[in-house]
Amino acid sequence: MQTVTTTVAGLGMREFTGGSGDPLVMLHHSFGNPGWMPIHEALAERYTVHAPDLPGYGGAEGSERPDWARHPRDLALLVGQWLRAKDLGPVELVGCGFGGWVAAELATMSPELLKRLVLVGAAGLLPEKGRIFDQFLVSHSGYVQAAFSNSEVYESVFHSNGDDPDEHPLGDETLLVWDMNREMTTRVAWKPYMYNRRLRPLLGGVTVPVLVVWGDSDAVVPMECAHAYVDALPDARLEIVPDCGHAIDLEAPESLATIITSGTANSGGAAQITGGAD
Amino acid sequence: MFLSYFTEQPMSAYPAEEGLKEGFTSVLFSNKYYDPVEGSRLFNERIEEYKLAEQVGFDGIMVNEHHNAPFCMQARITVMSSILAAITERAKIVQLGNPLPTYDSPLMFAEEIAMIDMISKGRLISGIVRGAGQESVCLNANPAYNRERFNEAHDLLVKTMTDDGPFSWEGEHFQYRVVNPWARVLQKPHPRIWVPGVFSAETIRWAAQHRYPYISLNTPLHLTGELWQIYDQAARAVGYEPGPENRGYLLRVHVQEDGDKARENAREFMWMQGEFTGIGHPYWTSPAGYGSSARRLDYAKMANAEIRGSRAASFEKQLAAREIVAGTPDEVIRELRVVLETCRPSILMLWGNDGGVNHDDSLRCIELMGTEVLPALRDMGDELGLHDPFELDSPISLALTPPDELNPIESDDDRPEDASDSKALQMFR
Repeated sequence: MQTVTTTVAGLGMREFTGGSGDPLVMLHHSFGNPGWMPIHEALAERYTVHAPDLPGYGGAEGSERPDWARHPRDLALLVGQWLRAKDLGPVELVGCGFGGWVAAELATMSPELLKRLVLVGAAGLLPEKGRIFDQFLVSHSGYVQAAFSNSEVYESVFHSNGDDPDEHPLGDETLLVWDMNREMTTRVAWKPYMYNRRLRPLLGGVTVPVLVVWGDSDAVVPMECAHAYVDALPDARLEIVPDCGHAIDLEAPESLATIITSGTANSGGAAQITGGAD
Repeated sequence: MFLSYFTEQPMSAYPAEEGLKEGFTSVLFSNKYYDPVEGSRLFNERIEEYKLAEQVGFDGIMVNEHHNAPFCMQARITVMSSILAAITERAKIVQLGNPLPTYDSPLMFAEEIAMIDMISKGRLISGIVRGAGQESVCLNANPAYNRERFNEAHDLLVKTMTDDGPFSWEGEHFQYRVVNPWARVLQKPHPRIWVPGVFSAETIRWAAQHRYPYISLNTPLHLTGELWQIYDQAARAVGYEPGPENRGYLLRVHVQEDGDKARENAREFMWMQGEFTGIGHPYWTSPAGYGSSARRLDYAKMANAEIRGSRAASFEKQLAAREIVAGTPDEVIRELRVVLETCRPSILMLWGNDGGVNHDDSLRCIELMGTEVLPALRDMGDELGLHDPFELDSPISLALTPPDELNPIESDDDRPEDASDSKALQMFR
């Protein structure tokens, strides 16, 4: 694994990259990418994995915030420019949560950059019955924790300060980066929160195959949004990961990697629903 | 001295135990606990008290605005200002302040204050604030652009008040193809703008740079020296010598003939656990992007810490530190002398009644302030040279100060912009 910084629209954009094979790009949640994670490692066996920090996220040296960006669609444009600058496309594009929204926006504007789109618990569509869990009404840790169905897994990923009860279990670095990431999310997705009414009508133009993956215990983006994506996209199918929350990439990386790599259900427990354009 | 009356207009008639059970009394504290019958009674009592405040000699009546919380009933500052414009004759209407960044139409706001200024026959002082973070949450105004929206709305407001229309406005946050309101402020060039705050160094500097008086909202007395240092330095850097006319102070003060009764009533300043603004979570009061980035880690740590209940000092401690002043008129006058000597404001807001202090006691408090405390304060003000902006007819802003009167002095302070903010705030909190 190595880190690479590429200049896009005059600003640096950092990525973790590793593995070999066809290019696969993975876009992170609104709370950011905690690093080169087990999901990246697992996918790197089959793909050359690129895990960039979305512009304005991650707080890395050399990465600057595009102050002008006011909407996730602006971030999608920048990811498109980044793909072209690196001459990477067409790629397998995987987007998790908020990153899934950005990926879906990019797919509507530049489908030629994509070989396949994978939406993992993707935000972006307004649920009709439920609500997307609002991170701005809870603490940073409260929100990230809600993305896991198993709090022990959350702790194993993010707690870094040992068992000292006087210390905050999250290290300063995590808190700082979470706050920077939350500020960027505020800048582009405060209102309306986590959806774009102008996305759904454009999904019909996404010509590449789409795999929609959802945790059956997702407490952040309601399952109805998974069905809404499958219904609106011409060539999409849904994989449900059992006993898993919103952050499938962090909570069940092996399962997600298997689903993405094989393109089929990884176990008898996983439901598979094929949708399509009406 | 400019002496103004203030009350938060608490919605005190709600089941306090529900708030304690919930652990917070703002933003998400359900309005099912709001009883509009009691709300009606309380609003009308406050209006009677404002009328009396004018009769007994206050120079101004200060009003404010907050949302989704029982600590303040006023959801719209311009509504109460409009009522005061019609029911009072002499007292100035002091808005401290209008939460500009939460307004989606600063133009509509400019129309409202022009109407208030005309109806009140030129008695409006239009203060402006960023609004605490929870106001951004409650009104869904993006907190990451709070300061940008504040600055832009301010510039648009001043231009609307001073320039003839029509003109167009193409800003980052606000756009108007026509700015041409058929409502103009009566006071020329425009009503005075004052800036209240609770110690953000960035805001103190901003006020000083615009030559707007800064009104310190009940910040601990021993920190006001540091506050004025920040103000004075910024003022000298843009070219004028600041004085008491640039300084205001809001203080909780309660008076009764019986000192013990006054102190008992003053305990009501501690209602809702003594927090001015109700109990709220730090991620509401200071959302990501709202505060200064230099203090990001402090904010993030606070936001993710266990809730430990009230951070307010005890009533006795606040009395001892003169953050609350209560007693007989003589006792209060003695304490306020120390406040005036230490803080040296020419603008003083007496926050008279809060919590569950009843209407009769509130009226008596206002009466005693008028007959005994205000005359003594005026004498002290003269003695200490605390002359207010109206007495001195001081310039209403830097933009309206003749350039040849300005003499900018370079600062030799090379501390980072937020150093003083950090220290003071940590102490304050």
